[in-house]
Amino acid sequence: MSISFQKAFGMHPEAMVIREKRTQVLAENIANADTPGFKARDIDFQQALAHAQHRQGRSVSRTHEKHFHIDSSVRKELQYRNPDQPDTGDGNSVDIHRERNLFMQNDLAYRTSLQFLDGRITSLKKAVKGQ
Amino acid sequence: MSSFKVFDIAGSGMTAQSVRLNTTASNIANANSISSSVEQTYRGRHPVFAAELAEARRMQGEVSGVQVLGIVESDAPLNMEYNPNHPLADADGFIYKPNINVMEEMANMISATRSYETNVNTADAAKKMLIRTLRLGQQQ
Repeated sequence: MSISFQKAFGMHPEAMVIREKRTQVLAENIANADTPGFKARDIDFQQALAHAQHRQGRSVSRTHEKHFHIDSSVRKELQYRNPDQPDTGDGNSVDIHRERNLFMQNDLAYRTSLQFLDGRITSLKKAVKGQ
Repeated sequence: MSSFKVFDIAGSGMTAQSVRLNTTASNIANANSISSSVEQTYRGRHPVFAAELAEARRMQGEVSGVQVLGIVESDAPLNMEYNPNHPLADADGFIYKPNINVMEEMANMISATRSYETNVNTADAAKKMLIRTLRLGQQQ
């Protein structure tokens, strides 16, 4: 039996990359809570994860400058949030309470993935050491 | 590693909010600065925030923190008061008070403080995430 890191870690590495991106997007929303005209954005996690898993296993490198650049960022999943209220007066669509809650939720989900990965790594280590 | 960018974003938010707090402090401190002409009177100052879009486009990244475009002086009319006995009264007996509503400034101060705290919390959470990630797999 061979040890496959890809199988051992499952979807958690991809999930963590997306979670981290999302942390950044939510931090932008929170920082711009008082900026006139700023529109809150978010990453659709389900969609982003589906894309990430679809991309997995396909690594494309550009060996010529005229090759098309295959974008692996999660920019496409970045969407504007539907505001809860029509207008706040200055065109800003950030609901700070909502953003903070989502930030906390995202943080917890990230920690959960970390916890799972930690467990997997511990068991792999045990298997390697034969303890 | 985009968690490092969170520090930049939260940091820009903290800078912007502290500029706002500074202008608020200046406004409150000068709320009773009386003068004898329209030109010399202190006017309420407010910062103008904007997302750092131009910078983000230049870097081709997705970082958009906050920047302070500038500080504008309020155009609201000054409070004129007829007080001929005041030492700073002009020829017609008027003194000019700044166009600052102290209540408004206090509310602004509270809002700026809360926003600053929120940004600090964001940076703190990102720091914890990063530390946990760096310790990944190090437990025995």
